[in-house]
Amino acid sequence: MIELAKVAHGYGGGDLFAEVSLTLSPGAFFFLTGPSGAGKTTFLKLCYGELMPSRGDVNIFGSSLRRMSRDDIALARRRIGIVHQDCQFLDHLPVSENVALPLAVAGRTPQDVGADIGELLAWVGLAEQAAALPPSLSGGERQRAALARAIITAPDVILADEPTGNLDWEMSLRLLTLLVELNRMGKTVLIATHDLALIRTAKAQVPARVLRISGGNVQLAGADL
Amino acid sequence: MTLLLRLSSDTAADRVVPPSGYTARLTGFTAAAMAFLAVFAVALSLASGRLADRWQSSLAQTATIRISAPAEQMTAQTEAVLAVLRTTPGVASARVMDDAEQRALLEPWFGPDLPVEALPLPRLVEITEDSAGFDAAGLRMRLAGEAPGAVLDDHTRWREPLVAAADRLRMLGLTAVLVIAGATAAMITLAANASLAANAQVIRVLRLVGARDTYIARAFVRRFTRRALAGAAAGTAAGMLAIALLPEADAAGAFLTGLSFRGAGWLWPLTIPPLAAIVAFAATRAAAFRVLRGLM
Ligand SMILES: Nc1ncnc2c1ncn2[C@@H]1O[C@H](COP(=O)(O)OP(=O)(O)OP(=O)(O)O)[C@@H](O)[C@H]1O
Ligand SMILES: [Mg+2]
Repeated sequence: MIELAKVAHGYGGGDLFAEVSLTLSPGAFFFLTGPSGAGKTTFLKLCYGELMPSRGDVNIFGSSLRRMSRDDIALARRRIGIVHQDCQFLDHLPVSENVALPLAVAGRTPQDVGADIGELLAWVGLAEQAAALPPSLSGGERQRAALARAIITAPDVILADEPTGNLDWEMSLRLLTLLVELNRMGKTVLIATHDLALIRTAKAQVPARVLRISGGNVQLAGADL
Repeated sequence: MTLLLRLSSDTAADRVVPPSGYTARLTGFTAAAMAFLAVFAVALSLASGRLADRWQSSLAQTATIRISAPAEQMTAQTEAVLAVLRTTPGVASARVMDDAEQRALLEPWFGPDLPVEALPLPRLVEITEDSAGFDAAGLRMRLAGEAPGAVLDDHTRWREPLVAAADRLRMLGLTAVLVIAGATAAMITLAANASLAANAQVIRVLRLVGARDTYIARAFVRRFTRRALAGAAAGTAAGMLAIALLPEADAAGAFLTGLSFRGAGWLWPLTIPPLAAIVAFAATRAAAFRVLRGLM
């Protein structure tokens, strides 16, 4: 799926992390933790090719990121559902169209893939907001819309950056349940989060592994957490 | 053709870029103004081309030599003139006009019953030049020596510089059309760049959800092409109307009324809107891909 080989990355200054080798294989469930500013978002960006690593290489669905064309990267992203920390919507289009955007840019309609936008929005509790514009949504509503958009294409890999940062506990659990369900169907899931309670709850349901970024390393955390 | 088809089908893809009334109006206005000017440049080019052709053909390679001599010398001097012409470089052929032809030339002035034989009319020799032309001054000097009664009349030659000027005017008209096309491309590039910069976040989101560059570029290209086409159509219509409404002047204003389009010439300005659309298409596409390649 996605494979990092001796990846290092930094923005001009020192490396945020170095020598990171990791394979996100089909069906894997990962959490990524670490203090604010440690590089979690950076790590995810490397996984979907928004950043080119300073050193090392990332292999996405069998292709080396360094050798992928811009079109290759675009096509690979259609197989990755991403919940961005800052959501990233088109503010002039209603929520429903934003959620369907990954299909639209691929030249498909929800009917083509058997998706029902209304049902999906109802499921994340946004049935009322379907016609609203993203700037009018609350933080939690934005994150739920972002999740709906991330899964509409039934992607092979789901990368979520602080997806529960603005959600209440009940909604967080719903989101986790969905991701666990998708993972059981064979999808690869990686969630960057500070939320230790969420991690614990997840570990009770799936064999999730926890990666911790600290001191320039990305390491598997022990069972203690 | 594919361009038109792609333009006509309005899809959801166009909605991913937020509408911006300001650049839209500017682009439409620019295209309209440029098309308006282009109509006049085309009209100028066509009109001066017609003028050049007409003058060119009227001075086409003919001159006449008039021989006035006492009747008993007429034949001798005519022979002498023909002998000179035979050895003059640049003269393709020379021919003595017979009485019937002379009568035909004079008839409009003197009526059909003119007794040509009884009048002391000069004899006319018609010269046809070859493409190189002959040296009029040299020929005059030789005629003066061989046949004192012969006068070379090449009165149409004064038009030569006019033909050159008309030709130059035609080239200027065509150059103006090209300059207008270039200016249009430059202005649409600027507008497209402004629009791309204003929509950086939109482009970023589209890339993140897996849009290819062609998809993103198309959203911008369609919009600018359509605006340019509409603007140029309006400008062209206005320009053609202005030319159609030029007042009918009499002979004195022949050149001014000559600016109007003739017959099939009215079809030429109709090519302006599609050309403007093609220019906008190419300019926006180039600008979009240049910006997109700069992003990850
Ligand atoms: N585009 C950038 N240019 C320069 N520095 C950057 C850029 N993006 C991130 N950084 C820096 O890199 C570091 C890691 O940022 P990153 O967003 O990956 O952290 P994070 O672990 O996701 O933090 P948080 O938990 O607050 O979201 C930060 O110090 C940040 O300031
Ligand atoms: Mg982050």
